Amino acid sequence: MNTKTSDTLLLIVFSIAVLAGPIILAPFGAGYPDLLQKFAIYGIFAIGFNILFGLTGYLSFGHAAFLGVGSYAAVWMFKLLSMNIIPAVIFAVIVGGLFSLVIGFISLRRSGIYFSILTLAFAQMCYNLAYSVLTPITNGETGLQVTLSDPRILDAASTDGQAPASNLFGFDMISTYETTFAGMTLQFNLGFYICALILILSFWISMRLFRSPFGMMLRAVKSNQNRMSYTGLDTKPYALAAFVISGMFAGLAGGLLAAMDPLAGAERMQWTASGEVVLMTILGGAGTLLGPVLGAGLIKYFENIFSAINDATLHGVFSFLPDGLNDAVSAVLSLFVGEGWHLTLGLIFMLIVTFLPGGLIEGALRIGRLFTSRSKADPQNGEARAPAPAE
Amino acid sequence: MTPILEVQNVNKRFGGLKALDDVNLTVMEGTVHAIIGPNGAGKSTLLNCFVGRLVPDTGAVTFAGQSLIGRKPHEINQAGVSRVFQTPEIFEDLTVLENVMIPALAQRDGAFRMHGWFPMSREAQIRDKAEQALSDVSMADKRRMQAGSLSRGDKRRLEMAMCLVQDPRLLLLDEPTAGMARADTNATIDLLKRIGHERNITKVVIEHDMHVVFSLADRISVLAQGHVIVEDAPQNIKGNPKVQEAYLGGAHQ
Repeated sequence: MNTKTSDTLLLIVFSIAVLAGPIILAPFGAGYPDLLQKFAIYGIFAIGFNILFGLTGYLSFGHAAFLGVGSYAAVWMFKLLSMNIIPAVIFAVIVGGLFSLVIGFISLRRSGIYFSILTLAFAQMCYNLAYSVLTPITNGETGLQVTLSDPRILDAASTDGQAPASNLFGFDMISTYETTFAGMTLQFNLGFYICALILILSFWISMRLFRSPFGMMLRAVKSNQNRMSYTGLDTKPYALAAFVISGMFAGLAGGLLAAMDPLAGAERMQWTASGEVVLMTILGGAGTLLGPVLGAGLIKYFENIFSAINDATLHGVFSFLPDGLNDAVSAVLSLFVGEGWHLTLGLIFMLIVTFLPGGLIEGALRIGRLFTSRSKADPQNGEARAPAPAE
Repeated sequence: MTPILEVQNVNKRFGGLKALDDVNLTVMEGTVHAIIGPNGAGKSTLLNCFVGRLVPDTGAVTFAGQSLIGRKPHEINQAGVSRVFQTPEIFEDLTVLENVMIPALAQRDGAFRMHGWFPMSREAQIRDKAEQALSDVSMADKRRMQAGSLSRGDKRRLEMAMCLVQDPRLLLLDEPTAGMARADTNATIDLLKRIGHERNITKVVIEHDMHVVFSLADRISVLAQGHVIVEDAPQNIKGNPKVQEAYLGGAHQ
């Protein structure tokens, strides 16, 4: 099977899995619109981040800034133009791209840890500015929201005393079709399906980029910049192009967050949010196509499901144990759930970086190899291109 | 014969150390010019001044009529200068074939191009060219291997293919046979002779192995303490008392 056929197959399987998300995830308690939308949106964010980090090896610690400005840009479009999400999302991508052009141009003057620190500093600057001098634009701690008094040039007349909802040509993002199947409630939400289609599109774009000459050059940037310059290639525009592309993906993700729920706050730009996308990418497998989406899904799942578990739930689960033992077990485990879900995430992250430096994808490939290695030797699988150890 | 590389009164100082002391050198087009000299004589420093890694404090370096001073490494390469390093500089994480396709693309598309939509598999011409360069160095059978997993000798040959695929006008070789077994050394000499003859590539070689130097060079410059002490044809170099003095009894012979 050549690369082209296996890529087409991967894209088809990926699309089906994403579109069937509400059905597949319902048994895991994750089939509700809010979380599904987050899976798709942070999947897009991680796909974009992977184009920078996975291919060129430049570790940005400030990508949440582009997500944040994307959200603000989208909400401003809602306030000024229309509640239709198309101009909002397009504007978010443009603003994300412009911000990343400026920040990338300056940060890429350095590499390695200094590059990471510069991006981190810029992101923290954006975060603090949003809370201070830029409050006329960002509305400070309250966050930017749509109100009835907004000018909204194109569709001001259509709102009728209700808080306006974001829509696509009149179809509201929050509209959801519910049905029951085998005792489970399945929720098919319009907003999720819009995000899902954009996720599939993003996946396809990143796949094309990975297989193109440009993608090969980006991997060369990661491998040996010295050789690149003595080979007649200017490394800086390649790295900057990757930075801007990933910034535009981040802007897109931020725009979609605002499109699903029309408000924007500065906390989206905090350094923890930037760190989260780094975790997603490494957890899933930096430099692989599918890894970042898996990583994003896993982290968002943990954030929403594990953090919802509390002492009472634990006592319920271990009710078969004698009382004293039940209390003890629950007391220990309660450290890892609820507020402590970060502890579980940290442990998993440590285990993966130590034992599977190529992330979940490497794990999957190892398991796959157990079954196929005896039948035929196929060292170069099309999917995961030699997962590089996380730095 | 016309001069292709001219070095005039080049000086380079590192703190108190005078690495290059008023170096003059002229390389004629189509020839092999060897630079020899004891360790620390300034051979690599000189080569670094040709490719833009170092900028001379004073003096001029001219390649095919254009000055190389102050130009960036990628600009100098695009002008037609390729370099093989003492320690092979290759893309270790990429496959052997990709390693050679990158320079071929750089030669065709220039220093930067955003060809991000169509897959690499469409670049049939580039692939053919790269495969040809790989068979020139007898590595066609290793094209799918990851470059980092190659032996040291193979890495050197790969780097040679990466330079040759660009059809350079001037090829700089920094100890191309260091650490090679005799058979590989001879194969490299044959390759360089053959390629030079077929494509009229001018070569500047730094080398410690006198067997290699005397098999290849048309002209030899001897560098000692940053200064060119002798420049002559190979047959006149061995007997030159200045050269013997520089090498202190010719231990490298």
